[in-house]
Order: sequence, then C-alpha cells, then structure tokens
Amino acid sequence: MNNGRYGEYGGQYISETLMNELLYLEEQYHHYMNDPDFVEELNTLLKEYAGRPSLLYYAKRMTEDLGGAKIYLKREDLNHTGAHKINNVLGQVLLAKKMGKTRVIAETGAGQHGVATATAAALLDMECEVFMGEVDTKRQALNVYRMELLGAKVHSVKSGTKTLKDAVNDAFRDWIARVHDTNYVIGSTMGPHPFPMIVRDFQAVISAEARQQFLEIEGKLPTAVIACVGGGSNAMGAFYNFIEDDEVKLIGCEAGGKGVDTPYNAAALTNGKIGIFHGMKSIFNQGDYGQIAPVYSVSAGLDYPGVGPEHAYLRDTGRAEYVPINDEEAVEAFEYLSRMEGIIPAIESAHAVAHAMKIAPTMDKDDIIMICLSGRGDKDVRSIAEYRGVELNE
Amino acid sequence: MSKIANAFKNGKAFIPFFTAGDPNIEKTVEYALAMEEAGCDLIEIGIPFSDPMAEGVVIQDANVRALKQNTTTDDVFDAIKAIREKSDIPIVFLTYINPVFFYGYERFFKKCNDLGIDGIISPDLPYEEKGEIADIARKYDVDIISLIAPTSKERIQKIASEATGYIYVVSSLGVTGMRSEIKTDLNAIIKDIRDVTDLPLAVGFGINTPKQASEIGGIADGVIVGSAIVKIIEEHGENAAEPLKEYVSSMKKACNE
Repeated sequence: MNNGRYGEYGGQYISETLMNELLYLEEQYHHYMNDPDFVEELNTLLKEYAGRPSLLYYAKRMTEDLGGAKIYLKREDLNHTGAHKINNVLGQVLLAKKMGKTRVIAETGAGQHGVATATAAALLDMECEVFMGEVDTKRQALNVYRMELLGAKVHSVKSGTKTLKDAVNDAFRDWIARVHDTNYVIGSTMGPHPFPMIVRDFQAVISAEARQQFLEIEGKLPTAVIACVGGGSNAMGAFYNFIEDDEVKLIGCEAGGKGVDTPYNAAALTNGKIGIFHGMKSIFNQGDYGQIAPVYSVSAGLDYPGVGPEHAYLRDTGRAEYVPINDEEAVEAFEYLSRMEGIIPAIESAHAVAHAMKIAPTMDKDDIIMICLSGRGDKDVRSIAEYRGVELNE
Repeated sequence: MSKIANAFKNGKAFIPFFTAGDPNIEKTVEYALAMEEAGCDLIEIGIPFSDPMAEGVVIQDANVRALKQNTTTDDVFDAIKAIREKSDIPIVFLTYINPVFFYGYERFFKKCNDLGIDGIISPDLPYEEKGEIADIARKYDVDIISLIAPTSKERIQKIASEATGYIYVVSSLGVTGMRSEIKTDLNAIIKDIRDVTDLPLAVGFGINTPKQASEIGGIADGVIVGSAIVKIIEEHGENAAEPLKEYVSSMKKACNE
C-alpha cells in the first residue's frame, strides 16, 4: 500500500493548513523508522517500560468448556496502562519528541488511549492535552482522573454527540491552531495518511510477536485471529503479520450495540456506507445526505461511526471478515472470561471474546483461535455493574 | 469565465459567509438577497454538516441549528433556486466533501450548474485530493476555490497555478472564528501567490471589524467574513435582515477605505 491508499480507501482529506505538517510527519516517520538508534530506543521502551512481549496465554478452561478450537489470548491487557494503546503511543510520542515537538494531544473514547498518551508524555517529558467527549468523561470518570494524575489536561468535549468522533473533531481543531509545537497522537488506524499507516505499524508488534509465539508453542499458525474493531488499531495490529498467511482467518468484531437492526449500534462495516470523514475515505455510519450518524455502544472505545481505511479494504478484498457483537453478548463474554479464566477483559475486547465463544464450539480440536485481548476491564467494572442493575456503594 | 470574476470588478470585494438553514431555509433566501442589496459582491453559502471540523464554535453552532431544522442538501438547492429567481450575484458553496460525495458528484455538480452555483470551497479537499471532483466540476463549470494557509509555503506554487475562480487565503492558523488580531504576515503570502497567478485573492478567517476589513482591503482583492455574519444571525434569529444589511454595508465600505 502506498500514498496512503488502501484500494479506494484512505487518502488525506484534511485542511490545507495541516497538509505540510502531515507530509513532514510522514517524512520524519520514515526517517526515524530507518534510524537504528530510534528503533532500538523504541524497542527498549516497549520491552522495559511497556512490558513486551505480551504473553500468548492458552485459555485451558475456556477451551475445555467450549469444547472446540483451542483458544489463546494475546494478553495486551498486561501491557503497562492496561491496553494495546501503549504500543502506538510510545512510538508516536517518541517520534514527536525527536521531531522537536514539545506538546502532544490525543482524542480518547474509553480513556485508554488518553491514559496511554498521558503516560508516554509524562515519561518523555512532553506537555499533554486529551480531548474526551463529555458523555465518555462521565462513564469513564476514573480514567479522567488517571490522566490528570499523569499530568495531562483533559478537555471535556461538548459538541455534537459528545463522544469519540467529537473528541477527534476537537483534537483536529486544536492541532490546526498549534501545528508548530504539537503532534496529534491519534489513537487508532484512522484519520488522514500517514496516521493509519503509522498506527498500524506501531501496533503490528502484536501479530509479529504472536506469529512467532504460535510457531514456537504450537508449531503452526492459528486458524483464526479475532479482535474487536472500533477505529481498528488492535485488530490491525493483530491481523497485520498474518495477512499474507492465507490459511489464517481474520475476524473483526464491531459494536452491535442494541442490535444492528436498531439505531443503537456502532457497526460501520455492517451498516455503514462509503464516505469521506476525519481525513479519510472509508466506511461510515451516516444518515441521509451524508450526515455522520450518532452511534451507540456499551463500550466507549468502540463508539465510533466509522472504521479505519485498511479494514474497509480488507473487507472488500475478502481477506478479513467483520461481524457485529451486541451489548448483551459482549457483557456475557466479559463475565464469562472473568469467571472462567480469572481475567477481566475490557468491554471492547469482550466483543472479540464473545465471537470466539460462538465459533469455537463449531471448530475442530486441532483448530486454534487467537483472541486479541486488547485491554483489561477494571475501567468497565462500574458500567457493567450498572448494565446489570447492580448498585455499587463506594 | 464564471460570474466570479464580476465579483471583483466593483472595488475590493466583500464576501459574506453564512450557513444555509440557520435559522431556517426561508431566511437563507431572504438574508442572501438582503446582503446583496447591502452591497456584497459574492456570497459563500454553507451546506450544513454534522461535523464541521474546520469551524470554530460560532459556525459549529450554526450547523447544529440548521440540522435541527432538518435542512438537507436538496433544501439548500431549493433556496438557491429561490435566490436565483431574483438575483444573479455570484454564489459559492462551502461544504465538507462528504455531503457532496454522498449526494453523488455528477448529480451534485449538475444541479450546481442548473442553478447557477459558481464555485465550491471544500475545507477537507486539499490539492492532493482535488481529483475527487476536478473533472466533474470543470464539466459543469463550477470553479473549485483553493485555500492557501499560512503553513502552505512551497505548496503555494502548485496550488495557485491550478486554482480557479479566486483564491481563499486563510489568514491564521486554527479554525474559523473572530480574532482580535491577525498575526500572519499576509503581505508575504500574498506576494508569493501573486507571483504565480493573476486570480483575485480573498482573505478570510478571523476578520470581523471594519478596521480589519480596511487593512485586508489594502493588500488583497476581497475580504471574507463568516463568523461575524453568523453571529448576527444567531443573535437576531429571524429578524437579522436589517442588522445584516447594516453590517455588510459598513464592511463593504471599509474594504475600500
């Protein structure tokens, strides 16, 4: 893929004011990725700070209970800050620092990317401001405080639907005013080129490790790789190094919300249409006349009305398959994995767990499923309790 | 030659922008005609969008109000039709590209041609992506108005050399909105652009006072004002015609002083 195109998707649909900065970012990105010192510095951070490589864990009880394919969890939840987001953020913030920037900004939905960015900014001594929809600041209040503890300023975004897409809008609005000293550390494989490429490359460590781990542990590659998809960064990272391995099925799980036949979902690849938004041509949930549609998911991290351009391309070419998982299925999977393996997954990742629960029993015992467990679920405990009608007194 | 050239024949051009459908689509027609009467030379009309990423709060809110009225792209075309029954003032659409893409480029630009829309400004369609609409816009005689920003630097050469209609010179970094002071060295940017093209140059972003209009009028061919116009509509709602006329007439005068 080149020039930021994935088939017809991708591109750079963004204000002229940002164009030179995007071109510069791309140039600097290639420069530093070819600089052995930068690569070593980043790898050291990933190893010694983030805790990579992440474990590839055989979920024995779950496998036995489901009675089909062998299930492995790629434990991105064990990374420092509790999600895959740190992989990308260490790369982007380090890059920003090398580029001479003194400030980074980020959007966040569930708060995981905001926390990761605030963390990397603290570590690398950069100023950090995070944009978060007002609705999300409420359902993820703990993460707001976490970011503040880390020294970041959190802006509660009150425009539009007050969720992730509006946080992205405001992050771009901030960046366009301060391109000289600021890098926008985008959290997913989305936005104008080169962001989808940069984020994918930094997240590709997930599948690079997993591929090698499978060959060592099982002597073969998995039958299927399953990951949740909002913008699509953990899925892109989990898929990337398996794309050439035709025998590995790649499955992305979108937020089906209250059902894909209701207005309350965020399943862009199921319900969306091709469009141009947030700097990219891709698939978006949109209403008549191309207005971006409000979306809904129990998971703040999947609550995005679109998907990264490379996912749209992987779907069109048939290389990956995308399925909706509704709230109830995700919450059941959240509870199931907690009980069965003693691992509380992020509600986002629980969407992938839910799909594995559906397909594992239909598969052979020598089949292997890898679930990308993109994050841990501590942040979701309160909202899941609420979903179940359990009152928590704190 | 589109009608756009006419807009720059009457001294320095004053170009108001407002969002269609705010406070409602009938008023869009009335306000466009009122501003023409008050002496503006070209009107930029915004097609409302759910996520106007390049706009400051004032114009964001106008988009929200217009969409609350369920203003559609077809409603905007209807308003243009009504304006065209009484006026042939040059009109340029300002629209994010998704509503145009969704409507269908062929269908959209054909309609623009039918109704006498002279140009289109798309804040999320930079030079690199102009190919989306370039051929179709040319086929239907709609100028693509190019934006040049304070950060454009060496890009000015290629943008300006292919530009049509007029060039929208973005005065400042950031989103749209009223600014007390324009800090960019506009003289330098304007000189760079004039080295490449003879097209008229109109400056926008942040301008709201007659003093600013007069300063910009001294160095450019036109002055674009959006947020201040939209603010008048926000404040006066359905009774904004008179205050708009007063403001437009004072700004047109200031541009040429």
